[in-house]
Amino acid sequence: MILWQLFISYLKIGFFGFGGGYAMLSLIQNEVVVQHAWMTNAEFADIVAVSQITPGPIAINSATYVGYHVGMQTGHLWCGLLGSAIATLAVCMPSLTLMILVARFFLKLKGNRIVAGAMLGMRPAVIGMIASAALLLMFPHSDSPGDANFIDGWSWMLFAGVLIASWRKVNPILLIVLSALAGIGIYYLPTLA
Amino acid sequence: MTTDRQSLPQLFWSFFKIGLFTFGGGYAMIPLIQREVIDRTGWIRREEFLDLLTLAQSVPGPIAVNTSVFVGYKLHGLRGAAAALLGTVLPSFAIILAIAVFFAGIRHNPVVDAAFKGMRPAVVALIIGPVISLSQGMHRSMFLVIAASAFAVWGLGWSPVYLLCGAAAAGIAWELLTTGRNRSRIGK
Repeated sequence: MILWQLFISYLKIGFFGFGGGYAMLSLIQNEVVVQHAWMTNAEFADIVAVSQITPGPIAINSATYVGYHVGMQTGHLWCGLLGSAIATLAVCMPSLTLMILVARFFLKLKGNRIVAGAMLGMRPAVIGMIASAALLLMFPHSDSPGDANFIDGWSWMLFAGVLIASWRKVNPILLIVLSALAGIGIYYLPTLA
Repeated sequence: MTTDRQSLPQLFWSFFKIGLFTFGGGYAMIPLIQREVIDRTGWIRREEFLDLLTLAQSVPGPIAVNTSVFVGYKLHGLRGAAAALLGTVLPSFAIILAIAVFFAGIRHNPVVDAAFKGMRPAVVALIIGPVISLSQGMHRSMFLVIAASAFAVWGLGWSPVYLLCGAAAAGIAWELLTTGRNRSRIGK
């Protein structure tokens, strides 16, 4: 059943979500776009955009959104609501149990060599995963139009502009809003003429 | 580990504010969490908070969620953990759900469609930002590992789960093998 798969997917995302928000993107993308094809590459980019301009951790935002989306594929509004609740709960459960274990047994992870080693090893892998999330959004595995986030020269110009601006510490929310306005200017206004 | 009892609604409300006002997630939330749990309420001592941050980053899951569970559990046990977690998650959940329900209706509106066409490349640029900033300061040999990881997931279609397990195992092996010789590196 699709809701059960949704639960397992987000449990996995929560359990392997080391390195915070951006690192989890690659896991989410792998589960939701690559393995289960619950949404296209472009829809995934849309969720990331929405997550950037709404409050809260990106993992929670995406869980709620994807859960609703997947639930709705099975039928009615209540399935969508159920799906969003299931995915959100699932992504939080590993955090909840592991942090309680840590707090309960006063685990000193700080000086622990196993934990330190694991974090040391995962750090470059996590950076690579973030890069792979970006690469997959740029160069999808399929040619279908639903997977394309870069559709013309304007896309690449917007990409370059935002990259430079974010490097110079311009607020990401502002950048998303500006690129939305640019999108309207480039793709909608000419159709009116 | 404060001794005075804090009420559950207060705990919920503090984390509700943290969930509601932090855009961008993760590290952007830390100053706000700090203000709520140290400066305003005194629930956690400053030194304890630094340890807590290390813990929150060593355990998988969003940092804000991990921090809220820990603080909630410290103050009120399981019910506290649940109240703090609920507070953190509820604002995102409600807002995204409203957007998801509403978005289905306007998805094919030409203005909305054009706006998303503009936002998609911007999102990719925003994801690349942290790749560059996180890579800075790493040893040069690590760039090869970063590139290989990126290629394994994107090009070869490996699941990031296997990659993380492999990387963690390699890191543990490295740590255990080099500890004797290189004590000062630990904890960096």
